[in-house]
Amino acid sequence: MIAKKAGRLLGIALALAPLAGAQNSNMTVPATIEAGSAFSIPTTGSGQGVLYIVGPAQALRRDVQLGVAVQFAAGDLYNAGHYVALLVEGSSTDTAQFDVTPKSQPDTLSFFAEPSRVPVGLHNGISGTVYAFDTYHNLITSPLSVSFQLAGISGTPLARTVTTRDGVAWTAIDSASKQGSAKFIVQANGITTTRVIAEVPGDPCGLTISAHPDGQNLTVETAPIHDCSGNPIPDGTVVTFTESYNGMQSTVDVPVKQDVARVDMPAHPGATISVASGVVAGNEIRWGGGR
Amino acid sequence: MIKGVMLALLMAVLTVVFLVIGTLSPVPAAVYYAGGKNLLRASSTPQAAVDNLAVDLKQRAWENAYNSLANKAEFTEPQFVQDMTGNTLSLRTFADLENYEVRPLHASADDAEMTLKLRWSTVVGPFETSRDLHVVRNGDHWAVDWPLVKIPSVPPQVIPVNYLRWDVIYRGPGDEWGAQDVQSPRIRIVDMHPVSRAEGVVVMGELLNEDIVPAYVTVSATLLRKDGSAIAREGSFDMIAHTLLPKQVTPFSIVFPNADISEVGAIHMDPQSVLVSASADPVVEIQNQKFDPGPGASLSGQLSNQSGQTVNIAHVLTTFYDKNGQLVWVAGQYVDRALLPQTPVDFTVPVPQDLAKQVSTERTIVSNYSSGNSL
Repeated sequence: MIAKKAGRLLGIALALAPLAGAQNSNMTVPATIEAGSAFSIPTTGSGQGVLYIVGPAQALRRDVQLGVAVQFAAGDLYNAGHYVALLVEGSSTDTAQFDVTPKSQPDTLSFFAEPSRVPVGLHNGISGTVYAFDTYHNLITSPLSVSFQLAGISGTPLARTVTTRDGVAWTAIDSASKQGSAKFIVQANGITTTRVIAEVPGDPCGLTISAHPDGQNLTVETAPIHDCSGNPIPDGTVVTFTESYNGMQSTVDVPVKQDVARVDMPAHPGATISVASGVVAGNEIRWGGGR
Repeated sequence: MIKGVMLALLMAVLTVVFLVIGTLSPVPAAVYYAGGKNLLRASSTPQAAVDNLAVDLKQRAWENAYNSLANKAEFTEPQFVQDMTGNTLSLRTFADLENYEVRPLHASADDAEMTLKLRWSTVVGPFETSRDLHVVRNGDHWAVDWPLVKIPSVPPQVIPVNYLRWDVIYRGPGDEWGAQDVQSPRIRIVDMHPVSRAEGVVVMGELLNEDIVPAYVTVSATLLRKDGSAIAREGSFDMIAHTLLPKQVTPFSIVFPNADISEVGAIHMDPQSVLVSASADPVVEIQNQKFDPGPGASLSGQLSNQSGQTVNIAHVLTTFYDKNGQLVWVAGQYVDRALLPQTPVDFTVPVPQDLAKQVSTERTIVSNYSSGNSL
């Protein structure tokens, strides 16, 4: 709402600016002001007037005594952007323009790390984008040195230093070869923000099963399941067992528990039992009745 | 004005006439539903005895039905009711008998064999059950020997479960801007095949959860004309297993009623996934699957719940492939009985007869629901 009003006032101010520019200036406005800092606008002349400061997201109004500097306290003007100052005295308007720049020191780093889960060993699999903001949530557009660091559960942390451009810095980093939660840390001028990236195993590799009799049933179980980098497959991953016999078949989807998927199936002599997980197929065994 | 008065008088007279006719000569069904007994004929024939039993079942008049049986001494009324409604929450619990059909198989002077087909309506659609009945003559009337299906009770025991579940912490209102939410699970359509059927275009396929977390999945499809404009958009509704564990594959089927495949230039598939809390149990084994190519092509088998938790509603979803491994058809069937632990329950999934000859292999999964567990 305030921004809308300020925008409307800014439009009026910019429309008046060329007209007012032809008059003698009764105020002196600094070319740039750092967001949130105290400043003053000296005026000349005599009598009463009204000073308007209008920007893209903020507008101020002061009743002024001409000839006296108008004081603005720290924090009065804090939204970065291009501003217009209008000094209205009776029917005449004096206009000046200035910029409010962000503070140079970041206060918060908005850090977007993607994805939140990534397969291990993926080249440039993790991307991080950071936006630096000052105390007043202004995007700091001046160049700023930002360091990215990806620290996994083992190995040397990967680090990059990037300079922001127009307030943004980004990088891409390979995921580690070992699974686990990695901390993706971004740091600039002592400000640190952390995201957690889960580096997860890939598809099962070398899926194998064995079977042994258990009464009327066969207990079929996989060997400990790992991906091709040797990382254990997480619990809950579904493994499908299929037993084919006498023109019939039995199937069951079993979740991995403690690295192994296990199921009891009817023992049919001559049955073939196969295993798969997702799009990965494993070995096939033939049950001979006692083997 | 005069016409209006005449019309009102005419309607009043007709109402009185119909009331008199209805009172003096009521429709038998209306009498029955009003509490009378006239819908039931005397059980003077085997057919009449079975008809009367079916009418009682339709009215859920369990006491009347039980008392009419010839072999009621062999079981109790609660056992009979359990046979009809199940002893635990299932589709049968709230099913209504929509209609029935009696087929005589054999008859003599003292006994007869008849098939009673019962068509039930449920919230997920109709299902049909069939009982072969032995009907015996008892003096001047006939009565049914009810073939009670005794539901085996699981002996009291403790089934250890290495309980595995996932819980999710989502982004909260206090989180800063830039603190992204947990990522949606990665899913992929691994197979897709459109076919033209009498009812319209059917888009079938299989969906894989590639991630290490459970996913709630849906699939929608949009048929596009050759110029790129949309013909129709439909979703898979219940013809999919919505909760997919990591690396689990579900078939899906999307029907576009009255669509013509010759108008279709492209199909836009839209799989969606949401990270949800889920449980890895119960595990249901699909045993003794046998494909019968027909006539009346179907896949039959048994579901065996290997966990200790009762599955109240099970939905069997089967993908049928040809000899080259190409997808031929996706079919589904709800199971009307609850799956008690380690107690096999039969199922039959019908297959269109014209596609049956192409079927070489199949893959079946079970989507399940347990009361008190929304997962």
